[in-house]
Amino acid sequence: MLYDIFIDPFVQMYQMPDFFLQVLWEGFVAGILYALIALGFVLIFKASGVFNFAQGIMVVFAGLTLVGLHENGVPAYLALILTIGVMGILAYSIERVVMRPLVNQPDIILLMATIGLTYFLIGFGEFIFGGEPKRMIADELGLPTGSTAFEFGERGLVILQHIDVAAAVIAIIMVATLGVFFNKTRIGRALRAVADDHQAALSVGISLNQIWAIVWFAAGLVALATGIMWGARSDVSFALEIIAFKALPVLILGGFTSIPGAIIGGLIIGFGEKIGELYWGGLVGGGIESWLAYIIALIFLLFRPQGLFGEKIIERV
Amino acid sequence: MKHVKNLALSTAVALGVAFSGVLSEAAKAEDSNYVPLLTYRTGPFAGSGIHIANGMADYLHMLNERDGGIGGVRLEIEECETGYNAQKGVECYEATKGKGALVYNPYSTGITLQLIPKASVDKIPVLSMGYGLSAAAVGETFPWVFNVPDTYWDGASVVIKYIGEQEGGRENLKGKKIGYIFLDAGYGREPIPLLEQLAEKYGFELLQYPVPGKEMQNQSSQWLNVRRDRPDYMVMWGWGAMNPTAIKEAVKIRFPMDKFIGVWWSAGEDDAAAGGAAAAGYKAMNFSGVGMDFPALQDIKKYVVDTGKVPTDPESMGGTLYNRGVLNSVIIAEGIRTAQELTGKKVITGADMRMGLESLDLTEERLAELGLSGFAHPMKVTCDDHAGSHPVFIQEWDGEKFVKVTDWIEPMRDVVRPLLEAAAADYAEKNAPWPARTEPCPN
Repeated sequence: MLYDIFIDPFVQMYQMPDFFLQVLWEGFVAGILYALIALGFVLIFKASGVFNFAQGIMVVFAGLTLVGLHENGVPAYLALILTIGVMGILAYSIERVVMRPLVNQPDIILLMATIGLTYFLIGFGEFIFGGEPKRMIADELGLPTGSTAFEFGERGLVILQHIDVAAAVIAIIMVATLGVFFNKTRIGRALRAVADDHQAALSVGISLNQIWAIVWFAAGLVALATGIMWGARSDVSFALEIIAFKALPVLILGGFTSIPGAIIGGLIIGFGEKIGELYWGGLVGGGIESWLAYIIALIFLLFRPQGLFGEKIIERV
Repeated sequence: MKHVKNLALSTAVALGVAFSGVLSEAAKAEDSNYVPLLTYRTGPFAGSGIHIANGMADYLHMLNERDGGIGGVRLEIEECETGYNAQKGVECYEATKGKGALVYNPYSTGITLQLIPKASVDKIPVLSMGYGLSAAAVGETFPWVFNVPDTYWDGASVVIKYIGEQEGGRENLKGKKIGYIFLDAGYGREPIPLLEQLAEKYGFELLQYPVPGKEMQNQSSQWLNVRRDRPDYMVMWGWGAMNPTAIKEAVKIRFPMDKFIGVWWSAGEDDAAAGGAAAAGYKAMNFSGVGMDFPALQDIKKYVVDTGKVPTDPESMGGTLYNRGVLNSVIIAEGIRTAQELTGKKVITGADMRMGLESLDLTEERLAELGLSGFAHPMKVTCDDHAGSHPVFIQEWDGEKFVKVTDWIEPMRDVVRPLLEAAAADYAEKNAPWPARTEPCPN
């Protein structure tokens, strides 16, 4: 038993280096995609202190809007632009109808509002697009398909899916762009001010409503990118909503307010769950991936309760 | 005072509406047979559920439009959305059973397991066509449950038989590795006891890859395990979003698709198409016809689809899962017709329906009369055997459509039946006091 836990997995890694590399690559891709989902949560939490329960359904809604428009004869790139517009309208509507009337309400009320928003979007989405899964228009958007296999040793093979490479590149570009936007632009600085203190931000003339609309729109764009990437890996269906909750351990690990935390957290969870499942999962019958991510996050929490990059809150009494 | 007067008036109107509702329910009960359909057109499993729901509902609506129902009595058809959720399924059951329900089709093994103990109490049969609890095939223990034409154990035995044929005989399975990827729920776990038994009998190694419901669209770990383990064949028991994802992942790791075989619920065109051209060669079991080349299906199109009486997209008709839904309703309709003949009544009860289903004999001639010649293998239910272990065939995805590639393959009845009997006895013991059968055999 001790051999199976402490020795055998490492022997396997050494004996089948191509497979180990493949596991690392899959972990990296999964991690990047988890980070992308987590980013959507972080943006909204930073600006309003709300855990946006609706982030998952926003991923589905964005994906379905894109595919639905294309199915109705709209060219792929125009459908993409229109979908961005729809996410903008959605962000504005959420700010006007949901957020603004609930200003200064306790956080739990805002959380409940996002749960309500989730069920509204599920019903509205099914009403508009139907419940059937749809194929993501990856080809039409010019996203690469197919794969490249790299031979490794005598029998070894590392297979890279082109769509996974594209997902990683797009996620990195999005994260970098958002990072620059929030650190280097006037709106970004305003957002950070709002995140630090609503009252103080208001007192210096920052429009809370405008910031919230921008943040929800940014989260909508992240949702669209996530919907395209995850949709291309399987299909666009309401089952994708659940995928968003893969971001929960990432948030616990990286902290709810940190963009770098979301990225590093995503990668740790991505690598951790793949390596754990592939090399240790068999010891308990497999299928450990879904809860292993939480175990990894909880272990980190033992040492850093605020998450890797979360703000350390010290309250003096 | 004015407020009180308004309140009194409102109450009177409300009572009037409610009373007229009761009257209309009673009137309906007198001149129609009520068939509730537990369906799911929403949620993670809607991709499979919509086609089944359309097929089931359309055939019954067509009978109403074309023939005025069955035996001169119209069918009252009501769908209840379960979302493939056992709790919602039970809620649907409780909400509709009082309306004179004749039979329940849960379309979920989880819901079926919940309804089995209720069936004998409420005297309403459960028809789990090709799914649910395999042991329910034993009519002596489960007189109210029907899983014709096959149990999952029949299906699992057919897969192993087919793989054996590919290897030149079942004796050649010794030392082979057969992977089993399944939805980690009651449905996917159901065939494992039989597969384990067959693994022991024929000497192959059974590798299991569970896919949690929440990870249906995130299967890369399972398929990396497949890549490492290098099984000779893969068998899938998937549903909903699990199917297309699994086929995509199999393509991704370059698993030989001609050695990947799905159960009849992993046989949807949308599922296979998700894998693109590289998915060609993927196989799945089936027991219902594919395509529109059947007069009954043309009638569905003519009477209810083209006339806009149902929301079905004409393009989706004739697909594997749509036709499966049609077959389900053929069994319901034949059960009603048989019950009417047996009892001499036009409007029947759940108890009558049970007798009708237990006397079901869908012969080749009868299928031809229904305009469904060759649509399914002739099937017969007996008091002893509620599944019948009927033959199934294998179909292969050619990149655009499924093509039948084998003749009908008989399940291994000699292996399956003793196991079913043992499992039924075990179920009765674990759920003691399980009621002994008191219903007389109608045939």
